[in-house]
Amino acid sequence: MAGAARFSHRLPGGATWSHILRRGEVLELVDVGGGANAALLLIAARDPSERLNLPDTLKAQHVARITAGVALYSDMGRVMASVIEDSCGWHDPLAGHARNAELEALYGPSSFETDGNGRRTGAREELILELAKHGLGEHNLMATINLFSKVTVDEDGRLRFHPDHSPASARVALRADMEVLVLLNAGPHPLDGSPDWRPRPIELAVRVGEPAANDDFTRVACAENERGFAATDRACA
Amino acid sequence: MSAVTDQLVESALEPADAVLDLTVAPGDGWIGELEAGQHLRIVDLYGNQAVDTLFYDAHDYANRYSALDTVRGQGAIYLTTGSRLLTGRGDSLATIVADTCGRHDTLGGACSQESNVVRYGEHTRHMHACRQTFLTQALAWGRGLDKRDLAANINFFMNVPVTAEGGLTFEDGLSAPGKYLELRADRDMLVLISNCPQLNNPCNGYDPTPVKLLAWAPDAVQRPHQ
Repeated sequence: MAGAARFSHRLPGGATWSHILRRGEVLELVDVGGGANAALLLIAARDPSERLNLPDTLKAQHVARITAGVALYSDMGRVMASVIEDSCGWHDPLAGHARNAELEALYGPSSFETDGNGRRTGAREELILELAKHGLGEHNLMATINLFSKVTVDEDGRLRFHPDHSPASARVALRADMEVLVLLNAGPHPLDGSPDWRPRPIELAVRVGEPAANDDFTRVACAENERGFAATDRACA
Repeated sequence: MSAVTDQLVESALEPADAVLDLTVAPGDGWIGELEAGQHLRIVDLYGNQAVDTLFYDAHDYANRYSALDTVRGQGAIYLTTGSRLLTGRGDSLATIVADTCGRHDTLGGACSQESNVVRYGEHTRHMHACRQTFLTQALAWGRGLDKRDLAANINFFMNVPVTAEGGLTFEDGLSAPGKYLELRADRDMLVLISNCPQLNNPCNGYDPTPVKLLAWAPDAVQRPHQ
């Protein structure tokens, strides 16, 4: 489990952050006031062509939600990170991230000149900018997970966004199972549709930790994960 | 706005008028361009055959099909007549204009040697897989297309229901011999297809089979055969 914090950082609502986690380190996210959302993208630090693959993640574990015990798989059949703690029970892997144009349609135009540092920016454009800081580009932007958000699917396949899913102080912790570049945008969920622009802050902490033990609960959750972790250990230990 | 429908829609276009008419063998692929206004039909000749497909703006491959933007855009996870295939930038690449199957998958992605090992075990590592075909076709096409461009694909004719509790399953397909879907290119686009060779789950009925591709010129579409 997670140890001492190496550092912490408050990510303002709507803002973007990236950091390379070492194998075994834990990224803890706390939804300070409730109702937060964070788009999450993972890219292997040693080879940016290896990245979070949501279809592989979902079908290996037969899930359409992310919660504790779920492994986040790369396209190479390896586990990039695992959800080791989760107090809110459901994170959305289905709805993607918002574009500037979607926010503009809801809230009108926004710029630094008119709105200063509270300006509205789309998660997509923010993530592409953050990728560029690592020498990466639009090609590297894959499907993201919306931490702290819940979207269910009815029998006809229709999406339903559940507002205020995440209570104040909700907490989720991700263990890096390989050295991994983490990108986060704390903009609202793209289906939020709230009449007010109210992106919520997230308190981040990077904690010392250990790679998944042989009896780690995500590793032993299913035969698929046993094989995925074995492949990860071979490549990254 | 939702593409959810129980209505199966047929196309008025005649195969005899097609400008492209070819069969893709199981485990094989196809890559090619369609200009705006052209229609492409994919025919599941023998039934229950997953056709893994990616789409790109023909003039800018970074403007590519995005599964989650497509899902969010229509508010639903399954594709059928009326579904618009959106890029990450929100541009419409194509619209499904006819569908005699009724449901196509956006979430299951493509099989790969690596994911097969995770899902089924080490003995499947060297079995053929869709991402082998995607990469083979992409590298043969050239023009900078490579692994970075392989995002989540559509599985035409595949049935991957999501439960209210957040479960995901691979079910027997709803397709049958001769079922098809047809889409209209909303802009010039590049289409990359893998006719799935997966033998380890029911997505191909454990028996991968050929599919047919038909495409019509834009003017044929404007004057459909009566």
